[in-house]
Amino acid sequence: MKDTIESYVTPDGRTIGGVLMEMKNITLRFGGVTAIKDISFDIREGEIRAIIGPNGAGKSSMLNVISGFYHPQEGEVWFRGDRRPPMKPYQVAQQGIARTFQNIALFEGMTVLDNVMTGRLTHMRAGMLAQALWKGRAEAEETENREKVEKIIDFLEIQSIRKTPVGRLPYGLKKRVELARALAAEPMLLLLDEPMAGMNVEEKEDMSRFVLDVNDEFGTTIALIEHDMGVVMDLSDRVVVMDYGKKIGDGTPDDVRNNQAVIDAYLGVSHD
Amino acid sequence: MGGRHLTDSSVAQDALISIPALLARNARKYGASTAYREKEFGIWQTWTWIEAAEEIRATALGLLNIGVEKGDYVALVGRNRPAHYMAMVAAQMVGAIPVPLYQDAVAEEMAYVLDHCGARFVICGDQEQVDKVIEVQETIHHIEHVIYNDKRGMRKYDHTNLNWLHDIQAEGRASHQRFDAELDKRIAEITYDDTCVMLYTSGTTGRPKGVVLSNRNIIEASKASSEFDHLRQDEQILAYLPMAWVGDFIFSVGQAYWNSFCVNCPERPETMYENLHEIGPTYFFAPPRYFEERITLLLIRMEDAGRLKKWLFDTFMAHAKTVGPKLLDGKPVGGWDRFKYWLGNIFIYGPVRNRAGMSHVRVAYTAGEAIGPEIFEFWRSLGINLKQLYGQTEASVFITNHPDHEVRSDTVGVPIPGVEIRIGDNGEVYYRSPGTFVEYYKNPESTASTKDAEGWVATGDAGFIEEATGHLRIIDRAKDVGKMADGSLFAPKYVENKLKFYPNILEAVVIGAGRDTCCAMINIDLTAVGNWAERNNIAYASYQELAAHPKVYAMVQEHIEEVNRSVAQDEMLSGCQIHRFLILHKELDADDGELTRTRKVRRAIIGEKFKDLVDALYDGSESIYTETEVTYEDGRKGKITATLEIRDAAVAQRVQHKMAAE
Repeated sequence: MKDTIESYVTPDGRTIGGVLMEMKNITLRFGGVTAIKDISFDIREGEIRAIIGPNGAGKSSMLNVISGFYHPQEGEVWFRGDRRPPMKPYQVAQQGIARTFQNIALFEGMTVLDNVMTGRLTHMRAGMLAQALWKGRAEAEETENREKVEKIIDFLEIQSIRKTPVGRLPYGLKKRVELARALAAEPMLLLLDEPMAGMNVEEKEDMSRFVLDVNDEFGTTIALIEHDMGVVMDLSDRVVVMDYGKKIGDGTPDDVRNNQAVIDAYLGVSHD
Repeated sequence: MGGRHLTDSSVAQDALISIPALLARNARKYGASTAYREKEFGIWQTWTWIEAAEEIRATALGLLNIGVEKGDYVALVGRNRPAHYMAMVAAQMVGAIPVPLYQDAVAEEMAYVLDHCGARFVICGDQEQVDKVIEVQETIHHIEHVIYNDKRGMRKYDHTNLNWLHDIQAEGRASHQRFDAELDKRIAEITYDDTCVMLYTSGTTGRPKGVVLSNRNIIEASKASSEFDHLRQDEQILAYLPMAWVGDFIFSVGQAYWNSFCVNCPERPETMYENLHEIGPTYFFAPPRYFEERITLLLIRMEDAGRLKKWLFDTFMAHAKTVGPKLLDGKPVGGWDRFKYWLGNIFIYGPVRNRAGMSHVRVAYTAGEAIGPEIFEFWRSLGINLKQLYGQTEASVFITNHPDHEVRSDTVGVPIPGVEIRIGDNGEVYYRSPGTFVEYYKNPESTASTKDAEGWVATGDAGFIEEATGHLRIIDRAKDVGKMADGSLFAPKYVENKLKFYPNILEAVVIGAGRDTCCAMINIDLTAVGNWAERNNIAYASYQELAAHPKVYAMVQEHIEEVNRSVAQDEMLSGCQIHRFLILHKELDADDGELTRTRKVRRAIIGEKFKDLVDALYDGSESIYTETEVTYEDGRKGKITATLEIRDAAVAQRVQHKMAAE
C-alpha cells in the first residue's frame, strides 16, 4: 500500500513522511468482551502519535496489537507497505518495533549497562557458544554494540548510573533506563506505554524532553499512550481518542480538544 | 658561567610570555604526552599536546574566519571539557580575551556580565546555555555570534549567527592558507602585559566585578606556586570546579601549561566521584565543603558496617589521629607506632584513600573558606598531604601556602615566593605580588579602593602573622569580625565551622554582632539526618518536616552545647557561645541569593530576609510563623510557610569572666 498524501513539514521544522503503519478495522475480543471494536488509524513516518482515552478504553490492548502480543480477530495490520501476517513479538521486534512497559519490565539485579545491552539482542548474530567463549565475531560484535549503547547512555544522560543495579534506582530513572533499552534496538517505531505515569512534574518535563529529542535526533516514529493531557497535547502531532473500545476522535491536538465526543468521554455525560 | 646561565634563562623567560607560547613549547618538548583527557561514551579519550595544539590552532583559524578581532572579549559558558579549555586558548591566540562564566548562572546574571564586558562572541557548552544567551540577546545587542560545543537538540535553531564548534574548526582548517599568516602575526604580537583572562568575582556583596589578569600575572603566579610545591610534568589533575573560578584557570590552564601536565575532565558533574577514583590525581584541589562531604559519606557508611569493621575503623582512625600528622611532618615516631600505622594503612587508610580517589595524591589544597580543624586533621592523618591555601582572584590565587612539613590547620602558611604581606592597622591583611591583578574592568573606583598606588591590595580578611613561625592566621572576613554589646570579640565563622563539622549540620549562621548573646540558625544535612531517620524509623515527607522533628532538634541541641563547651575554652571568643537556636525550614541556596555561587554565606541578605526569625530569636518567643520566598531551578518563584520552634541551648561557664577583670 502506498500513501496518497505527500509528506509535510511541521511548524517546528520536522519532516513527517508517508504512512509507516496502518491499522485497518481492528477488532479484538477476549471471550465475550470486545476490547477493541473496528478501529482504523495510521501512524506516519517521523511523527509522534498519541493514543488516549479513559481507563479501560482499550489503549494498552491497541499497543499490544501493534507490538504483536495480541492477534486481532478481525482487521489487518500494515507495516511499511506490507500486510503483516500474525507474528510473534520477537519477530515484530526484529522488524524494527521496540517498546517500553507500563509497569517497568527491567532485569532488577542487572546493571543499567547490561539492561540496555539486552536491547541490542536483535542485532547480535554470534551464536550462544561464541558469546559464552568470547571468541571471534562475538567480541567484535560486543564492542560494536557497546559503542551504540554508550551513545544512548550519553543521550539520555544516565552515565552516572551506568554500573548501578537497576533495583536500586528510583522510579523515574528506571523509566529512563527502559527507554534506553528500547532505543538500543534502534527501532523504526517506538511504542511507549504511559512513559510519564507516576512521575512528578520535574521528571515529566525531563521525560518529555527526551521523547522530543529522540524523535528529533534519531528520526524515530513514536506511538505513545499517556494519561497526562498536558503532556499529550504538547508532545504529539496527532492523537487518536478511544472510549469503550471505539475510536471517538482522531486528529491534531487542537481538533481533538474541541471534539464534543471527546469532551463527553472525559467529562462524562448524562444518559437520560 | 653564571653569566651564561643567566642569559639562557632570560631568553627562555622572554619566549614564554603567553599561554599560546607555552602551548607551542609543550607541543615541541612533550608532544607525545597527554595534555587532556575526557571520559566520553564510557571511555577516557585523550589528546596529546600535539593534538591539542592542532585543534586549538584550527579553532583559532576558525575564529579569525568569523571575524574575531584583537582585544575582543570572547565569553565562554559550559562545564569543564577539553574543548572549552582549548577554545579559551584559541581565543588568546587571536588576541582576544576569554571570559569564562558560571554555567549555573541564570540568564539575568549572565546578562549583566555579557553586557559589562561587551562580548561579541559567546561559546556555549550546550543547548541550555545557548537558550540563555538567546534570552539575554533580547536586552543586549552586541553579541554577533554564538558557538556551541554539544550538538544535541540544536538542529531546529536558526543558524545564521550560530555555529557548531566543530564546524568552526573545520572552516578554520579549510581556510588555513588564507589566515595562517594573520594568525602567526597575532600570536607574535601578544605581550607579557596583555590581558590573559578576565574573571568575574561572585562577590559576597554587590555586582560582580571583572578582574583583569595579565599574562604576567598568570604565568608568574603559576611558576612561583609550581616551584613552591615542586609540581612536575607528570602530574594528573581533575578539572571539575567552575571554569569561571580563578582557581580552575590557574590549575587547569596556568599551571597545566607551565608544567605541561595533564588535565582530566569528568564525564558529567554527577560522575565526578567515580571519575576521581578512576584517574587518581596526583595534585588535587577541593573546597572545604568537599572534604566535609566525603567524611560525612564515609561516617554514614561506617554506621552501617558490621561490629568488627567498625571496631577496626575506630581503633585505627584513633591511632592515625595521633601518629599520621607526625609522620607527614617528618617528626620522630616510635617503631611500634610505625608498625601499627603500617597495619592501619593496609586495613583502613589505604582503602579509604583509594575510595576517595586520593591514592596517588602528592599534594592537595583546600581554600575558599576556613576548614574545620577536625576535618583537616582527618585527611592528613590518612597520609594525604593536604594544605591550606590562602588566595583570591585578585592575586591570581596564590598569597600564602603551607610549606611541606609545616602544615597546621589553624594557619594558612607562609607567603609564596614573590608575595609580600603586611597587616593594616585594623587587622586587615594586605599583599603585593607579581600575580596582583591589573584592574577591575571599567571600574576605576573599585580598583582604586582595593589596590593602592604602590600595588598593595586589601584582602578584606582580618588576620595576623605569628611571630615565631611567620605563618599567617586568618580570623574572619574583616567586616564580619565584630564586637558584641559587652565589647568582647564576635567571630561568627569560627563558631560556624565548629558546628559544621558535625555531619548532621550542613550550614550554620551565627548572629550576635552588637548584641548581648549569640544565636544561630541551622541547616541540617539531608543525607546524614535522613540516614539517621531511616535507622531510627522516623518517617518524614520533606526536608521541612524532618528539620522540624523534635528528635532532630534534640540532636542539634546536643551538638550546639558541645560546641559551646569547646568555644568556652578560648578566652578571647568565649562570648560567642550560642544561647538560642532554630532549624531553618529550607536549605540555604545560591538561587535565592542566600549563598554565593561558591557557597559562602551572605550574612547581610540572610539577616534581612529572615529578619522575623532573628527578631524571634532575641525576643524570647518559643516559636515563630514565617513565610519565605524560594526560587525554583527554572527561575519561577514560590512561597513556603512554616512554624519554627526556637530552643535554648545550655551555655558553659566562661573561662575568664568579665566581672573578674574588674
